[in-house]
Amino acid sequence: MKLTNKDILGIKELSVDEINLILDTAASFIEVSTREIKKVPTLRGKTVVNLFFEASTRTRTSFEIAGKRLSADTINISATTSSVVKGETLIDTARNLEAMNPDAIVIRHSAAGAPHMLARMVKQSIINAGDGAHEHPTQALLDMMTIKEKKGTVSGLKVAIVGDIAHSRVARSNIYGLTKMGSHVIVAGPAMMIPRDIARMGVTVYNNLAEAIKDVDIIMMLRIQLERQQQKIFPSLREYSSYFCLNRQNIKLAKEDVLVMHPGPINRGIEISPDIADGPYSIILDQVTNGVAVRMALLYLLIGGQR
Amino acid sequence: MQQKKVVMDADGIDRSLTRIAYEILEKNKGTEELCLVGIRTGGVFLAERLKKKLTSIEGVDLPVGILDITLYRDDLRLANKKPMLGKTDIPFSLDNRKVVLVDDVLFTGRTIRAAMDALIDFGRPKLIELAVLIDRGHRELPIRADFVGMNLPSSLWESVVVKLMEKNGVDEVVIEDDNQ
Amino acid sequence: MKLLLTGGRIIDPSQGLDANLDILIENGKIAEIGKNVHKPKTDSRKSAAREINIVDISGMIAVPGLIDMHTHLREPGFEYKETIQTGSEAGAAGGFTSLACMPNTNPVNDTRSVTEYIKRNAASCNLVNVYPIAAVSMESEGTSLTEFMDLKDAGAVAFSDDGKPVTNSALMRRALEYASSLGMSIISHCEDTCLSHGGSMNEGFVSTELGLQGIPNIAEDAIVARDIIIAEYTGALLHIAHVSTAGAVRLIRNAKARGLRLTAETAPHYFTLTDEALREFDTCAKVNPPLRTLEDVNAVREGLRDGTIDVIASDHAPHASTDKEVEFEYASFGITGLETSLALSLRLVDDGILTLGQLILGMTANPARIVNIPKGTLKTGVDADITVIDPNRNWTVDRDRLRSKGKNTPFHGQAMKGKAIMTIMGGEIKYRDLP
Ligand SMILES: [Zn+2]
Repeated sequence: MKLTNKDILGIKELSVDEINLILDTAASFIEVSTREIKKVPTLRGKTVVNLFFEASTRTRTSFEIAGKRLSADTINISATTSSVVKGETLIDTARNLEAMNPDAIVIRHSAAGAPHMLARMVKQSIINAGDGAHEHPTQALLDMMTIKEKKGTVSGLKVAIVGDIAHSRVARSNIYGLTKMGSHVIVAGPAMMIPRDIARMGVTVYNNLAEAIKDVDIIMMLRIQLERQQQKIFPSLREYSSYFCLNRQNIKLAKEDVLVMHPGPINRGIEISPDIADGPYSIILDQVTNGVAVRMALLYLLIGGQR
Repeated sequence: MQQKKVVMDADGIDRSLTRIAYEILEKNKGTEELCLVGIRTGGVFLAERLKKKLTSIEGVDLPVGILDITLYRDDLRLANKKPMLGKTDIPFSLDNRKVVLVDDVLFTGRTIRAAMDALIDFGRPKLIELAVLIDRGHRELPIRADFVGMNLPSSLWESVVVKLMEKNGVDEVVIEDDNQ
Repeated sequence: MKLLLTGGRIIDPSQGLDANLDILIENGKIAEIGKNVHKPKTDSRKSAAREINIVDISGMIAVPGLIDMHTHLREPGFEYKETIQTGSEAGAAGGFTSLACMPNTNPVNDTRSVTEYIKRNAASCNLVNVYPIAAVSMESEGTSLTEFMDLKDAGAVAFSDDGKPVTNSALMRRALEYASSLGMSIISHCEDTCLSHGGSMNEGFVSTELGLQGIPNIAEDAIVARDIIIAEYTGALLHIAHVSTAGAVRLIRNAKARGLRLTAETAPHYFTLTDEALREFDTCAKVNPPLRTLEDVNAVREGLRDGTIDVIASDHAPHASTDKEVEFEYASFGITGLETSLALSLRLVDDGILTLGQLILGMTANPARIVNIPKGTLKTGVDADITVIDPNRNWTVDRDRLRSKGKNTPFHGQAMKGKAIMTIMGGEIKYRDLP
């Protein structure tokens, strides 16, 4: 069993078998991170480039640790997408990178489809570390891994994803993944945060938190991008948090053993109250741990050995 | 058609393991600081069986670990089918222990090289010994076993398969000629 | 010098003609259409052969030279995307003898001097007739009207701020009244830019899946409705450019049923492709208005069938690779279209949507009427602009072999059937691709 494509561009392109392979492999990598010497020689001599066009310390660090624990040489390149030269940066960077012949390129970009464009231009394996509002496959994989770890399965669960679905790549990747694995996904948020025709992705839509989280096994709270309010997409953070913040009262509507997830970084008190974020329902820190394991698994499966 | 020949049956395997258990005790003068680490997958079951034998002889409970050497292999680059990664589970410290590494077949020695690298990442054992059920020769590295169930001279065209009850539902060692 | 086309099927909707006839061209004009037009005296056969060029077009179709009333030639100002020369070559290769070009050049065609420059340059290229469309407002900024009368005198055939809508309704009203008083149309690019702001593809299931901001149908429909209301009030001549939505088709159909003097065009990609073409983030399929859904495609086809939509125009929008080989949302809008327009339109005939006569009407006499040019007909005495089509020619789109500088086609590698094999302008063969 191995992955079909040279790249990981999105969950949409992965089969259930491939998702299971990645999750099982990642589970084996958890152990490596608990060792005193958290390093194995598997990717010695391989080079992984982290190409970040959008700042994200968390995701970049997670990929960097993953690469280093596998003994790969990791190189970080941060490029800023200035409004003038935009696309030129990507195509020029891609050609330069290709000449340096790394084994994998991890790319984060504010424009949807940028990793796909890069994948067409270079022969190296591309891992999408988040493209615009499109996909964030490694996040969804670590979310599924965390759910599987805690619930024993990723199928047959009711999962509510709450927040700005329209602008969320985490939501899209999780919708693809969780529905593929046989869970029921509910999305919720105020009307302006629900994109058109999303029900056709196989989800149930609510515009109110109470209905959305009723009897669910998992609640995934999305980060509210504060700049969306500056763009006047929704009226106020105050109103948003008073109707969509997960707190000690409304969480009682969910199943007793509900688990709360968040892709981070959290706006405490806006989408999630501090006592919930740090409370017993929260598995937010497990998500971070599993993030490294999932990224190790992907690097191992993509470039650890011949394809 | 492949030609198959059973070179060791269930009784043979059991007798070999019993002998190895006694040899381990003799060489290490008892079980003090001793632990067993089986290499996935065949070595794991053999390590468990050895532990049972040692327990019944000496009446002590020896720690047993599981080692997956996939991440340490030197042939990943060449392997066409990527090996499925298994979990490593060594729930005790290796520092100053006498580690008996257990595997089913000793062949080129590369697996053992990888296993030793892995073990050393886990701590600093006092010494590492090697127990194998079958030594089929053809070493590519300067590695030898301390405890051997059976020396089985084989040709490179043959493959030696150790079948165990725990995974194959039968205990036997078979030699198959791939060249037929 | 005479030119005689023999044995072809002549289709000229302007005179209800569809028959196997010969066409005789003399001094750049249509001299005669009929059976056995050329009857040389027996004793002077040799000299006759020298002074007449006889081309056998048996099995082919000859039609009035095709007219594309919505082309971006990019010159002046964006010569790296296209020039009048390369655009004319592409036009001739696509079977067009007349192009009306949009004013969104640099400088914008908002003054006599730019209009004259385009005419002069096109005349020296001498491959197709080029008819400039002048801007509605200075720099197409939507604030003050251009000099319509002066621009008309200079050769402008219509007015448009294409690329942008005329946002200010009062300005649109004045423009419609002014143009109409000169017997000219306003060509409206219908887009409510508040609704489309930030969008880079059709809003719907595909944009939701791809996480791209969408341009909803209502951005187009709202301005189509507004323009129809203003046109109805003023009685002016309004032409709706590049219709892409089911809603716009419905609005135009209803307005026409009320008796409005309204015309409309669509482009081949709107009746050929849906937003599914963007699945792989192909910037060559990024166009404005965007590729819509199957429902819209079917409505556009129905609009063509029932005459709601009068014209097929290419909306040829060539871009350089630097404009397109970038992240999807930063890529320029537009499809290079002159060389694929005819073949894609012929599919409508194969699909039973249009008769060949209806299709030719929408690419000849109808656009000629809207932009007021003495073209789109094979009547005796007019300029001999003729396109000869091989309806059965199979070919494959190869962007590297396009004559246009714009290689931005979503049809690269696709099989096509039907092709212009000879383009004649003013009696001269400007393009020839005989087997
Ligand atoms: Zn336009």
